Amino acid sequence: MLKFYALVVKNVAIGVFFTSHEEKMATYSTNEFKAGLKIMLDNDPCAIIENEFVKPGKGQAFSRVKIRNLKNGRVIEKTFKSGESVEGADVVDIDMQYLYTDGEFWHFMVTETFEQYSADEKAVADAKLWLKDQDMFTVTLWNDVPLTVEAPNFVELKVTDTDPGLKGDTSGGGGKPATLETGAVVRVPLFVQIDEIIKVDTRSGEYVSRVKE
Amino acid sequence: MTTGWQPTCSLQHMQARAIMLQKIRAFFAARNVWEVETPLLGQATGTDPNLDFFSTQYQSGSQSQTYYLQTSPEFCMKRLLAAGSGSIYQISKAFRNNESGRYHNPEFSLLEWYRVGFDLQQLMDEVADLLTCVLAPLELEAESDSYVNVFSHHTGLDPLEFSFDAYSKCAEENNLSDAVTICAENHPMWLDFLFSFLVQPHLGKHSVSMIFDYPACQSSLARVKVEDPRLVERVEVFVNGIELGNGYFELSDPVEQRQRIDNERKIRKSKALPESNIDKHFLNAIESGLPDCSGIAIGLDRLLMLVTDSKTINQVITFPIANA
Repeated sequence: MLKFYALVVKNVAIGVFFTSHEEKMATYSTNEFKAGLKIMLDNDPCAIIENEFVKPGKGQAFSRVKIRNLKNGRVIEKTFKSGESVEGADVVDIDMQYLYTDGEFWHFMVTETFEQYSADEKAVADAKLWLKDQDMFTVTLWNDVPLTVEAPNFVELKVTDTDPGLKGDTSGGGGKPATLETGAVVRVPLFVQIDEIIKVDTRSGEYVSRVKE
Repeated sequence: MTTGWQPTCSLQHMQARAIMLQKIRAFFAARNVWEVETPLLGQATGTDPNLDFFSTQYQSGSQSQTYYLQTSPEFCMKRLLAAGSGSIYQISKAFRNNESGRYHNPEFSLLEWYRVGFDLQQLMDEVADLLTCVLAPLELEAESDSYVNVFSHHTGLDPLEFSFDAYSKCAEENNLSDAVTICAENHPMWLDFLFSFLVQPHLGKHSVSMIFDYPACQSSLARVKVEDPRLVERVEVFVNGIELGNGYFELSDPVEQRQRIDNERKIRKSKALPESNIDKHFLNAIESGLPDCSGIAIGLDRLLMLVTDSKTINQVITFPIANA
């Protein structure tokens, strides 16, 4: 009987937490700073990369923090007085399926809930060359709006155009440019042909291998 | 397999700690300094507004009383000195709430010792002997310089003369402009800030660096310098930019001691920090007469970090606070 009572109390507590969460973002004291924590700084959402606690034995303590601005990607260093509080940023990473673009927005969907989000050109900038419909991307939402879209490390895309005249030449060499179905152009070995599917490393934009269908 | 139960410190580092403690005990035994023990739980604790303490409830039947985990064994050891103990040392745990980081764990080990009849220079000589002995494989030289010298060398500022404009300019030039809003007109905080970020990282490169003659506004429990009341008889020790310890030619004037405690309690109140009781036993001990002495506390975990070339304190303690 007692056990049951405790469970009910716990549920009530969780309910209260969610209500207040919706109304106002949590604040974090410097003592809670750690890598990955998302906070607001000068009205921009930021992620803490590194936090160093600095304290002279007999003096004021400080937190020296390395922070990435999630809007522009820039990394800055900032110092806080220990115990200071900052507002948390409502930033979450969600895996979504890319649907299509209407030219102005790029549309993504959470496959479990069918919820759709539209990202503007700025948000998709880094991933734009790799956006193929039905592929999965990591969409970072800030206040429920896509802030950035990140491509997976490797994508598999079809070659739509490349110089076919060089078939048979396996000497290697510098390769040749190939246009992929997303519009991206990557250097591929000479043996790669139109309609073949290749694997590309999105971090370097380099060809990795051919993919057998 | 469940993880998290294992120590964060390697077996080699655990053994290095045992060897370090043996060396320290042999060092003091050879100098006839007695090892002592004082309580970790006390009815009062330090009043320093920059130290957060832990408190707990002592139950005696139906009676309940607040006790504090010691932020340093200083107060009890001074009671022993006043009682005529002669030169003493202690290896103990100390507790400081809210301190956690690469060089901090809220529960840590301290070596604290007091030398009756020593002035600050004699104590510094002994610190150099002990640290070069414990850190022997590093082949460090001992060196010392005054606070005013190192501070002005690395910042171009006069630590004894506060100028908001000059201090702010220095901070901005060094990509530390946050100091301007954090420190504002607070001179001691400016000194903490600029010293921590611009001076300390340069101290003790391949040496045991001792910085003495601190500005009076950073006095803590040090005696004011007779020749120059703008300074106090305080020393800090640094190796590889890491602060290892803090020592004084101990304040023994009961009136001034009382004033400093009252002042610190006032600051605590103005900052809405938890109140810390006046340690009446400590004050009575000082009143009855603290012999002229110098004392210092050395952080043993950080010393072990240097011995073992560790990057974080977690590599030298078995179970840091997160998995204690």
